[in-house]
Amino acid sequence: MIPINDFLVLSAILFSLGMYGVLARRSAVLILMSVELMLQAVSINFITFAVYLSPEQFTGVIFALFVITVAAAEVGLALAIILRLYRNKQTANVDEADIMKW
Amino acid sequence: MDDTGTVIAFWLLAVITVGSALMIVAVRNLIHAVVFMMVSFVGIAGLYLTLSADFVAVTQVLLYVGAISVLMLFAIVLTPGGSRDNAETFLRLPALALTVLLGATLAYVAIDTDWSLADRGGFTDTASAIGDALLGKYVLPFEIASVLLLAAMIGAIVLVRPEASIEEAEE
Repeated sequence: MIPINDFLVLSAILFSLGMYGVLARRSAVLILMSVELMLQAVSINFITFAVYLSPEQFTGVIFALFVITVAAAEVGLALAIILRLYRNKQTANVDEADIMKW
Repeated sequence: MDDTGTVIAFWLLAVITVGSALMIVAVRNLIHAVVFMMVSFVGIAGLYLTLSADFVAVTQVLLYVGAISVLMLFAIVLTPGGSRDNAETFLRLPALALTVLLGATLAYVAIDTDWSLADRGGFTDTASAIGDALLGKYVLPFEIASVLLLAAMIGAIVLVRPEASIEEAEE
């Protein structure tokens, strides 16, 4: 089998890329995509641990399935919020949604 | 399990996944970013297959590639010009430094830890076992997830309702 470290390092790389996208980009849609990337990295970790550490239990797989469910709900709501932001400010850049910034 | 085949598939999929994930945060055009995101998600589904988690791989393709990517496309085409000037913020370099640091730390911890691996890795027959677990041991979170999805749906509808219809409802 593939060493467990390969999967863990891969998911660490994916998580870091997602975090860079969240921190450094302006577009709300791209931030949302980066958050999805981070969730995916976490799911890979869950399934890797389920396969390598306790293959007789399915807790990690169940967790990954719930991550997918919550991500679906999250994307639906985020789309609604982005549309609302666009309707009010004609932009989808998070820099310009600064009405609550002190 | 054919070992060399699995290893080759893993490295191929890993390169595709990380490469397209890099392109997501690198490209300026949001439509291109969504396409790279789909490629990346298909690659991750393939990685699930190399982990012998077939049910999650199929769910991944159905939900992420089929539904979530299409929602992202909707978000982009419904906000035309809304993402003009979507370059990196001035926080680019600190973000890059923090990201490299975090990735290196996570990778170091993963490699340094002595994982107590199970003797026999790999799943057999995941779909029926997942069904048993979801409707047996994990039935409460399963039901809560359905309430969560309903709440998210109602919330999304209320959020995008035009102002006029809210005023009508209040009259």
